Amino acid sequence: MNRFVYLKNVVTLELDWQKCNGCKMCTIVCPHEVFVVKDKKAIIRNRDYCMECGACEKNCPEGAISVRSGVGCAAGIINGLLKGTEPSCDCSSSKDKCC
Amino acid sequence: MGKDFITGQIKTVAGNVAQVSTVWSSNDVWSTIKVRWSIGRMDYKVKQGLYAVGNPDENSNIFVSANFKLSFDHLRRALHKMNAWILVLDTKGVNVWCAAGKGTFGTKELVYRIKAHELEKIVSHRKIIVPQLGATGVSAHEVKNKTGFHVIYGPVRADDIKAFVDSGFKATPEMRKVKFPLKERAKLIPVELTYGKYYLLFIPALFFILSGLNIHGYSIDLAWENGGKSFINLFSAYFAGCALTPILLPWIPFKRFSLKGLFLGLVIGFILLYFHFLGNNIFEIISWFLITGSISSFLAMNFTGSSTFTSLSGVQKEMKLSLPLQIIAASIGLVGWIFTRFI
Repeated sequence: MNRFVYLKNVVTLELDWQKCNGCKMCTIVCPHEVFVVKDKKAIIRNRDYCMECGACEKNCPEGAISVRSGVGCAAGIINGLLKGTEPSCDCSSSKDKCC
Repeated sequence: MGKDFITGQIKTVAGNVAQVSTVWSSNDVWSTIKVRWSIGRMDYKVKQGLYAVGNPDENSNIFVSANFKLSFDHLRRALHKMNAWILVLDTKGVNVWCAAGKGTFGTKELVYRIKAHELEKIVSHRKIIVPQLGATGVSAHEVKNKTGFHVIYGPVRADDIKAFVDSGFKATPEMRKVKFPLKERAKLIPVELTYGKYYLLFIPALFFILSGLNIHGYSIDLAWENGGKSFINLFSAYFAGCALTPILLPWIPFKRFSLKGLFLGLVIGFILLYFHFLGNNIFEIISWFLITGSISSFLAMNFTGSSTFTSLSGVQKEMKLSLPLQIIAASIGLVGWIFTRFI
């Protein structure tokens, strides 16, 4: 099966390669093969595959990655709009694999 | 909830630990089916804490899971014939990935549990295996700093754990990838179908009642005749958004889920038109297309939350345009349909 790819040129993922120490943690935690490490530096290979889960940012020991992470979930965004909060899925009271 | 998965107790330096089975009982299978249909899903929990599989000792691996019983069940089943420890975090009954997104499956809870259950006494090594999808909430270097335990990210799917352990904690690129095959999409359909809850009764009932309206007043016969057709139309649109969209996801044109849903909603509309369910005059037909299209589009858009590849920024971009259009189309459709009662 071909890979699913969502909308192009929307994600907020940023990588500061000067801070990168080549530890490869981002390539381990990313579920969509966004990163690749070449010559001891990470590069963003497949930007549009990113789903902004935030695992890379959280696990980068050098703080070289930033992304506005959150749930890519329409119900969660509506939920946030109604409550006037950040988008947040209501997994504990409605959906299964949301987020 | 039954605790028939507990088979015994194991004595450790830090107290007794419950030993659990690696085989699903008929009870486990049955409750899994129910939970896939949203029955009792909000309280499908195991108690957080430490568990044992087989007869683990101070050299055995520690695997971390969530206290959503489905997550825990998949892990213990994957550890069949192994000796291992399972550390269950308190994620309020939510699965690993969702809980990691919320932060309940997170650094703080993991650090707390490692200390509270005295893992440094129970094992002599300093490794702890966390599911890869937990990385959204767990910061490996912080856990290391705070507990001395080195987080090893295991494979995405529990089924790959054995291969992962046998290869000396090496995950292949395949094991690190989140895919979304037909089988996994199909598993989500029951939950999607239950999304509408009482609206599934309320909205068709509303159409049923309004179906009786006509220029001469009200007719029960008309309500039966047109109300029945309305039911079919509404449920067809619901089914298109909640079930057909997940199944056909990769093959429906467009990237935006709302457009995928709109596409199927219109296809369904044409099928219904062919079978004369949309009424006889052009206004009523157009109204129905607006209604089925917007219902299907909205529900398909909601499936972004269950999908494994949509980003927050992307969904926000999509919704900015789609949500107002869905509301406008549905409203015009409803008003148009009521209007056609009187012509």
